[in-house]
Amino acid sequence: MSSYSIKMTVNGKEVTGEVEGRTLLVQFLREHLGLTGTHVGCDTTQCGACAVHVDGRAMKSCTLLAAHVDGSDVLTIEGLADGDTLHPMQEAFREHHALQCGFCTPGMVMSAIGLVNDNPNMSEKEVRHGLEGNFCRCTGYHNIVEAILAAQETMRG
Amino acid sequence: MYDFEYHRAASADDAKSKFGGADDARYLAGGMTLLPVLKQRLDQPSDLIDLGDLDDLRGISEDSGNIVVKAMTVHHDVNTSDLVKSRIPALAHLAGTIGDPMVRNRGTLGGSLANNDPAASYPSAVLALNAAIHTDRRTIAADDFFEGMFTTALDEGELITGVSFPVPEAAGYMHFPNPASRYPIVGVFVAKTSDGARVAVTGAGACVYRVPEMEEALNADWSPDAVAGIKVSADGLNEDIHASAEYRAHLVTVMAKRALAA
Ligand SMILES: Cc1cc2nc3c(=O)[nH]c(=O)nc-3n(C[C@H](O)[C@H](O)[C@H](O)COP(=O)(O)OP(=O)(O)OC[C@H]3O[C@@H](n4cnc5c(N)ncnc54)[C@H](O)[C@@H]3O)c2cc1C
Ligand code: FES
Ligand code: FES
Repeated sequence: MSSYSIKMTVNGKEVTGEVEGRTLLVQFLREHLGLTGTHVGCDTTQCGACAVHVDGRAMKSCTLLAAHVDGSDVLTIEGLADGDTLHPMQEAFREHHALQCGFCTPGMVMSAIGLVNDNPNMSEKEVRHGLEGNFCRCTGYHNIVEAILAAQETMRG
Repeated sequence: MYDFEYHRAASADDAKSKFGGADDARYLAGGMTLLPVLKQRLDQPSDLIDLGDLDDLRGISEDSGNIVVKAMTVHHDVNTSDLVKSRIPALAHLAGTIGDPMVRNRGTLGGSLANNDPAASYPSAVLALNAAIHTDRRTIAADDFFEGMFTTALDEGELITGVSFPVPEAAGYMHFPNPASRYPIVGVFVAKTSDGARVAVTGAGACVYRVPEMEEALNADWSPDAVAGIKVSADGLNEDIHASAEYRAHLVTVMAKRALAA
């Protein structure tokens, strides 16, 4: 089978690579670029641990081909903080104790930023609905929802 | 996932010719169904033809009493379109019930219809609204399109380009989601169209289907009460760990009532 040369922007930097047709975006990020902040929880498009932004929209990177995303602009959890200053969503997760083991957290944060970008005035119910594609096995979601409600206020500015 | 040759189509014509030139190709739209299928090794295409660059297959417009949604339009865009929300709010609502926000950012109308999953949401809207499915070679009426479980009237390599949804006088959609997957266990779309009432059920059977006894009752009286007493048969309905056939049959009436009240 053939290999494909791809080029994309990841966290503001241009990157290139050689991939197979079947190489997933999450494999490319983790195994080719060493960006292991993006996790694989289920590999079946259910849990959201692999969430990244592609051209500004939150998506599950375990269900995108790297070749499919060739030429796109990708943002991962590693690209959020500005030096030592956390993104408001990361800061809110820290402040509100929105994680325990932390496995789901990168996906939660990326997905949550996508939700706030779409609607910065979510009710608690809308936040809970918005998280339908993100599973957390530890927290019971309560503090995650609190963190997102707090972060949307900061992000609204 | 077995490996495959990957191609990006530059145009609809290019997609068709690449499809024709390959051994056993599949089109790739959002990949929200196809990639999970390939990961499970339930299918082994030789080539994938990515439709992602076909911008002329994306968008929503109004054309002589129809809302036209192009095939590559993602569920999120149908859910949030001002045009769809004002002309067929039930369709915008349905798009917002599909999966989760990240699935809706990627999955497309064309992929959903071509796949025709017994539990897919869109087929109920297409059938109830008496929509027309446009392909690269013809237009197919909704009543002729959905043939059976994962089976449609599409020929090998036939490309869905868009769907025309006639604007109804009234319409509603309600589903009872599987709490884990969010796919409808039963979803019912009701529409008051220029040809009378149409009721389409997804999730309950092997393929989306209409309920003539409900349609007749609604032609006489368009109200939740008109269908409340109608019990549909459980014969041939799906049965799995989530719901028995009898429970699904019961849900058809309940969801129809709620769709009419919505
Ligand atoms: C977690 C999860 C939850 C989901 N929940 C729901 C739900 O509640 N309701 C629901 O309806 N769906 C649900 N889906 C499925 C989702 O809606 C898919 O997006 C959709 O079924 C397929 O669209 P796609 O663009 O991703 O198509 P793909 O996966 O790319 O393709 C699907 C099939 O259609 C063919 N195809 C694609 N585009 C065309 C075209 N233009 N012409 C001809 N053939 C084409 C492909 O070759 C393939 O065989 C869910 C998916 C996931 C992962
Ligand atoms: S790893 Fe992608 S959704 Fe679970
Ligand atoms: S913090 Fe452990 S899975 Fe969410």
